[in-house]
Amino acid sequence: MLTLTDLTKRYSTGDRALTQVSLHIPEGQVVALIGPSGAGKSTLIRCVNRLVEPTEGRITLSNTELTSLSSRQLRCARRRMGMIFQEYALIDRLTVMENVLSGYLGYTGFWRSFLRRYPQPVVSEAFRLLQRVGLEPFIDKRADELSGGQRQRVGIARALLQSPEILLVDEPTASLDPKTSRQIMRLIKELCAERRLAAIINIHDVALAQLFADRIIGLRAGEIVFDGLPDQLDAEILTRIYGEEDWNTAAEPEAEIESDLEAVDTRVQTDAAGLKRSVPAVGAV
Amino acid sequence: MNQQERLAAAEQGLWKPLPLIRDARYRWLLIIAAVVYLLLAVISIDVNWARVAEGLSRGMNFIAAFASPDFTSRGGDILDGLIESLTMTLTSTVIGILLAIPVGIGAARNIAPLPVYLFCRSIIAISRTFQEVIIAILFVVMFGFGPLAGMITLAFATIGFMAKLLAEDIEDIDARQVEAIRATGARWLQLMNYAVQPQVMPRLIGLSMYRLDINFRESAVIGIVGAGGIGATLNTSLSRYEYETAAAILLIIIGIVMATEYISSHVRKWVQ
Ligand SMILES: Nc1ncnc2c1ncn2[C@@H]1O[C@H](COP(=O)(O)OP(=O)(O)O)[C@@H](O)[C@H]1O
Ligand SMILES: [Mg+2]
Repeated sequence: MLTLTDLTKRYSTGDRALTQVSLHIPEGQVVALIGPSGAGKSTLIRCVNRLVEPTEGRITLSNTELTSLSSRQLRCARRRMGMIFQEYALIDRLTVMENVLSGYLGYTGFWRSFLRRYPQPVVSEAFRLLQRVGLEPFIDKRADELSGGQRQRVGIARALLQSPEILLVDEPTASLDPKTSRQIMRLIKELCAERRLAAIINIHDVALAQLFADRIIGLRAGEIVFDGLPDQLDAEILTRIYGEEDWNTAAEPEAEIESDLEAVDTRVQTDAAGLKRSVPAVGAV
Repeated sequence: MNQQERLAAAEQGLWKPLPLIRDARYRWLLIIAAVVYLLLAVISIDVNWARVAEGLSRGMNFIAAFASPDFTSRGGDILDGLIESLTMTLTSTVIGILLAIPVGIGAARNIAPLPVYLFCRSIIAISRTFQEVIIAILFVVMFGFGPLAGMITLAFATIGFMAKLLAEDIEDIDARQVEAIRATGARWLQLMNYAVQPQVMPRLIGLSMYRLDINFRESAVIGIVGAGGIGATLNTSLSRYEYETAAAILLIIIGIVMATEYISSHVRKWVQ
C-alpha cells in the first residue's frame, strides 16, 4: 500500500535525517516507529505527505508516486493521508466542529469553506465521527477550551474526515498522561481496524508501541535498525535502537531516581529538537 | 577579570553580572564622549529670550481661552470640519486596512516567496519613511486642497503601519497549525482562511481600532497643511486669533480621542 524506496533526507542545515530508508506497509497494518529523539521519525512521516521534501528516493501510495506530483496533484494525494500531531495542532480559535470539518478542505472549494457551508452529508459524517470519539456535546466549544485528551480526539476526527487510506501519526501521546495515552492509542487502533486503515505511529513509549502495534520499526540515526513483531523486542534489540542501558532494572524501585533523572534528560533533548524544528519557515505550496 | 577569577570569586560568594562592554577603558571613553556631545548640543541652541517672553504672554492668552471655549460663534464651521475629519478618518482607515492585508501577507517571510516579500517590504518601507505631514503636503500639491488629499495621505500611512504589524504577527504564528491544515490537502486561500486568519484576527481588529484612533488625530494635524477636516478649521481660527474657538475645537478633539480610546479597548478585550 505504502512503499518507501531508498528514501533519503538531508536538511539544508546539513543534518542527515534519513539515509536510504526502504519499507513496505500493507493495507490495514499499524506500524509503530520507535527510536531516540532525532532519529528521523518525524522527518519520515513528513516526507510521506511532503510537508518535508525528500532529498532522494521514491514514495508510492497505492500506485501513486508521491515525490513527483505537481502541487495540484499533491493536494489530492494529501487527502488520502490523515495526519495526527503530538501537540494536536488544532486551530485554537476555531470551534470543535470547524476543526473537524477542516479535514474536508481538500475536497471543497474556497468559498464553500470560507462561508462554512459544508454539504449536509459531510456535516453529518463529521458529527458521527465526533460521536465515535465521544465529543459530540462539544461541537460549539472552542478548541482551546478542551483538555489534552479531548483535543487529540478532535485531531483524530479531523484526520478521519479526510477518508484517508493511511494515518500518519506523530507522537500522539507525548503530551498526555499515561491513562489518556492508552485510551488514545486504543482508539487509534480500533479506528484503524474498523476502517482497514494503515498507520505509521511515531511513539516514544516502547510499552505502548508493543501493546497496540502490529509491527515495530526501530529507527536510529536515520536508518532502520529493527523491523519485526512487537514480541520480538528484547533488551538486545532495544540497545541496538536506543544505545546502551540496563533495560531490565528500569521498573525496580532502586533504579527509579536514576531513571527519573534520565527521563528529565531525554525531555530536555526532545525540547531542544522541538525548538529547532519550530524555527523554519512554513514554506509555500 | 578573566573566567578563572570569576569562578573563584563566585565560589567565595562574590558575583556581579558581566558589564555590557567588557573593556573598562572603552566603556569610560564612550560615557565621556556621550556627555561631552550632550553639553555641546545644549550650548549650541541659541535662545531669543525677548521673543520667548512675548510668545509666553500669547501662550497664556491661549491657555486662558480654555476657561471660556466658544463652541457657537463658528459652530457651523466646526461641525463641517468635524464631519469632514470623521469621514476622512473612517474611509482612509477602511481603505488602508483593505490594502494592507495583501501587502502584510506578502511581507510575511514564512508564507511569501522571496520576490513578493521584497516587493511588499519595500512598499512598507516607503510608506513608513515619511511622516504623515510630509506625505500630506505632497498629496495636497497633487490633488489640491481638501479632504481628498487628506484621505489618501491617511490611507497611505495606514498601509505601512498595518501591513508591517500584520506581517510580524503572521511571522509569529504557530507553524504546526499551518502544517496541520496543509496536511489536509487545503489550497492556499483555505490555508490563509483556516490556519492564519484565526491566529492573527484578534490582533488585527485591535490594531485597526488603534489605527482609527491615530488617523483621527492625524487628520487634525494634516488639516493644518491644507488637507481638509477639523485641522483646517483649527488652523483658520488660530490665524484669526480666535483662541476661544480654537480651544473649543481642541476640547472636541480630546473628547473624541478619549471616546475612541475607550471603545477600542473594549473591542480589543471582546475579540480575544
Ligand atoms: N526543519 C529542520 N531543519 C533542519 N534539521 C532538522 C529539521 N527537522 C529535523 N531536523 C534534524 O533532523 C534529524 C531528525 O529529526 P526528527 O525527524 O525530528 O527526529 P525525531 O522525530 O525522531 O525526533 C535531527 O537531527 C534534527 O535535528
Ligand atoms: Mg519527532
